Amino acid sequence: MVLSKQDYQLIAEIQDGLPLSSRPYTEIGDRLGLSEQQVIERIGALQESGVIKRMGIVVRHHELGYTANAMVVWDVPDDQVDAVGEQLGSQPCVTLCYQRPRKLPQWPYNLFCMIHGQQRERVLDHINRIVESQGLQQIPRKILFSGKRYKQRGAKYQ
Amino acid sequence: MSSIARQIRRSVQQKQSAQRINLNDLEKRLLDAFQRGLPLSPTPYRDMAETLGTSEALVLKILKRLQNLGVISRIGPVFKPKRIGASTLAAMSVPPEKLDQVASVISSYHEVNHNYERENIYNLWFVVTAPSSTRLGEVLSEMEQVTGYPILNLPLIKQHHIDLGFPLWC
Repeated sequence: MVLSKQDYQLIAEIQDGLPLSSRPYTEIGDRLGLSEQQVIERIGALQESGVIKRMGIVVRHHELGYTANAMVVWDVPDDQVDAVGEQLGSQPCVTLCYQRPRKLPQWPYNLFCMIHGQQRERVLDHINRIVESQGLQQIPRKILFSGKRYKQRGAKYQ
Repeated sequence: MSSIARQIRRSVQQKQSAQRINLNDLEKRLLDAFQRGLPLSPTPYRDMAETLGTSEALVLKILKRLQNLGVISRIGPVFKPKRIGASTLAAMSVPPEKLDQVASVISSYHEVNHNYERENIYNLWFVVTAPSSTRLGEVLSEMEQVTGYPILNLPLIKQHHIDLGFPLWC
């Protein structure tokens, strides 16, 4: 999908969140010279084309006690990476699952998934359950828990 | 230490000492129901309230409260990576005693939206987003020059999960 100048303006208006008022799309339209209906239709089109993958409440789990955040990285043979990626990506509590390039020799891992929980031990148990239930015992993996969060906010595109 | 480094360190400490926030039943239902699928109707908050059997005023009050507490970052879009501009996951291996200082340099770039310490030889992990891949490359090289540490550049090849938000029972 090719984005117009107007699409970029709309994205700039909504990327920090919708107004918390009864008619948020009217407010956004007023700032851009668009009608409420045009804003709704355009956001719908951006969702349908996949530019926006979801619209909703963006929760910061850390503040709710989800402080154990594990990035699990796997060294999956290239011919299995799609299948293992789909397997892991559909497991409960796995919030992200991405294939990325290896950087040999220092970085052999090509699949990354994120698992959050309230306690480190529970996250480790959960990872072990996934490994066993999905038969992934033979795939080398490393678990990188997060320490300090130096910065966290939504991506900016403008 | 520079004043920006002090500010960042202070904000990190404040966040880490923050009390865990407990949600009531309605708040939990709201967060579980609407991490995706925000109604695209003229009155989204009234529609959310109707689904939950409550009032628009209460939904707005809860959302404002949770936003002020930092539990919600926004009500709005999550963009699919790689569709607008260019982005990558980057990692650095930094001596522990220099980590805070290097992290504050990295965080000071407005192209960086996530920056975390992780338990590994590569102990600093951050996401860099730029309007173009050329600009992204420039930012990464500048970071290497300014900090003196090489970057492991790990751009997305393929996404395998379906982003459904995050159920609160995990």
